[in-house]
Amino acid sequence: MNALTLEGVNIAYGHTQVVHDVSFSVASGESFALVGESGSGKSTVLKAIAALATGWSGSIEVAGKPRSREHDKAFARQCQMVFQDPYGSLHPRKTIDTILAEPLQVHGLGNRNTRILDMLNAVGLDKRYRFRFPHQLSGGQRQRVAIARALMLEPSIMLLDEPTSALDVSVQAEILNLLKRLRAEQNLTYLMVSHNLPVVGFMCERMAVMQQGRIVEICDTAALRTGEFTSGYTQELYAASGGAG
Amino acid sequence: MAMLELENLRVSFPSAEGPVDVVKGISLSLGRERLGIVGESGSGKSLTGRAILKLINRPGVMHADRLEFDGIDLLSQSERQMRHLRGARLSMVMQDPKFSLHPVMRVGDQIAEALRCHERLRRRDVKARVIEMLEKVRINEPEAVARLYPHQISGGMGQRVMIAMMLIPKPDLLIADEPTSALDVSVQATVLDLIDSLVTDNGMGLMLISHDLNLVARYCDRILVMNAGEVVEECAAGQLQQATHPYTQGLLAAVPQMVEDRDELPVLDRSRWSGT
Repeated sequence: MNALTLEGVNIAYGHTQVVHDVSFSVASGESFALVGESGSGKSTVLKAIAALATGWSGSIEVAGKPRSREHDKAFARQCQMVFQDPYGSLHPRKTIDTILAEPLQVHGLGNRNTRILDMLNAVGLDKRYRFRFPHQLSGGQRQRVAIARALMLEPSIMLLDEPTSALDVSVQAEILNLLKRLRAEQNLTYLMVSHNLPVVGFMCERMAVMQQGRIVEICDTAALRTGEFTSGYTQELYAASGGAG
Repeated sequence: MAMLELENLRVSFPSAEGPVDVVKGISLSLGRERLGIVGESGSGKSLTGRAILKLINRPGVMHADRLEFDGIDLLSQSERQMRHLRGARLSMVMQDPKFSLHPVMRVGDQIAEALRCHERLRRRDVKARVIEMLEKVRINEPEAVARLYPHQISGGMGQRVMIAMMLIPKPDLLIADEPTSALDVSVQATVLDLIDSLVTDNGMGLMLISHDLNLVARYCDRILVMNAGEVVEECAAGQLQQATHPYTQGLLAAVPQMVEDRDELPVLDRSRWSGT
């Protein structure tokens, strides 16, 4: 069964249409990437799925059920998002403990103490960080907290918006390894947005290349090895990323 | 002769446990060449760049045995004398155009200001130079762009505007602090090619500070690798793959490759060397 299916999705902010006729599907347990430069609409697609951008038309199905335009609790249990900038996505006045407990509170889940400790353990954070504030952690540690928060509700689908682009290469490697391990352990489905082709090659099986709000190509990431792409734009992107092209 | 000579540079910040050295005794000399400085965040690479311009703000304190630029002893220069050198002869491109451009000043006026601070020119000449510079950084319709405000232009354009601003007084040394990390890969290449061609055409010296090893290797002649405030390795750009220090090797291995066969990326084992 497909975890995510998008059919002819158009997305507009006010009167400006930014995404045109986007269709793709992500199988359950698959890791799928959206690639493109800034302004190509790749983050907007994620926002529409997460109901952060409401001006869309077409059909978005999550786990076989059509996505409503409102925030709904059942959807949040299934699908969570990790944002690009770990410096901006955590509440600066709340401790890590409060940040991780919030989704449990909203959904009325009990056993919070053990759940939080287990989750900190799963994302590789020592439990002494539990009562610290975000500004006391490094960028990589903050991104681990953001991933932990997204996993608190045990979702099956994760929307990752450039999860490592604000981080150093060495920290990026740690976070990528973490995401890969979590996916194998919990059988997660990833939809990841990135402009870094080698990262996509490492994390994902298939990718869709976007340009000016349209998908120009959908292919296996195995094509990154050979550089055989059908669209000229993908070739260009590949060459700019240092691929032999 | 070397254009810039730096000996035993230290930058320290006070803390509850006494002053902490963030840059621990760096020495380097730079001619009219392209030098790359690489390292993780917190390795002190940006502070090194700023210290050369004597731009360390309190409570930070800098100290060096020698800091000479083109025969001028920068350490003994007053703040007033430094202002004449900064921009005119030594200049710096900052990381993020979103925060480094004046938000309520037109782009053209900002570039003109950089020029007017150092040269007395007629208004017509200033305008002509600004337009010429914008053309040089490959901005289409420079007249129109000069009238825009920073929020009206894209990140790549903003970065090019900053480069124009820094290059218009024709400096001898350009310090570029992560000039492209806020940009897309496709724009990144354009901006760096641009810096590269301007540097070679004008015979300037370039110091490129970045955390991206491959990018630095592509655009520089010589590379310094920094970790925890110290230079751990120095090599020619072409020999980066043969680096011997475990930290450099660790950084190189952590980058995902286009042809990737590893299931897991190697992570830096920070206990293998001192510091962090």
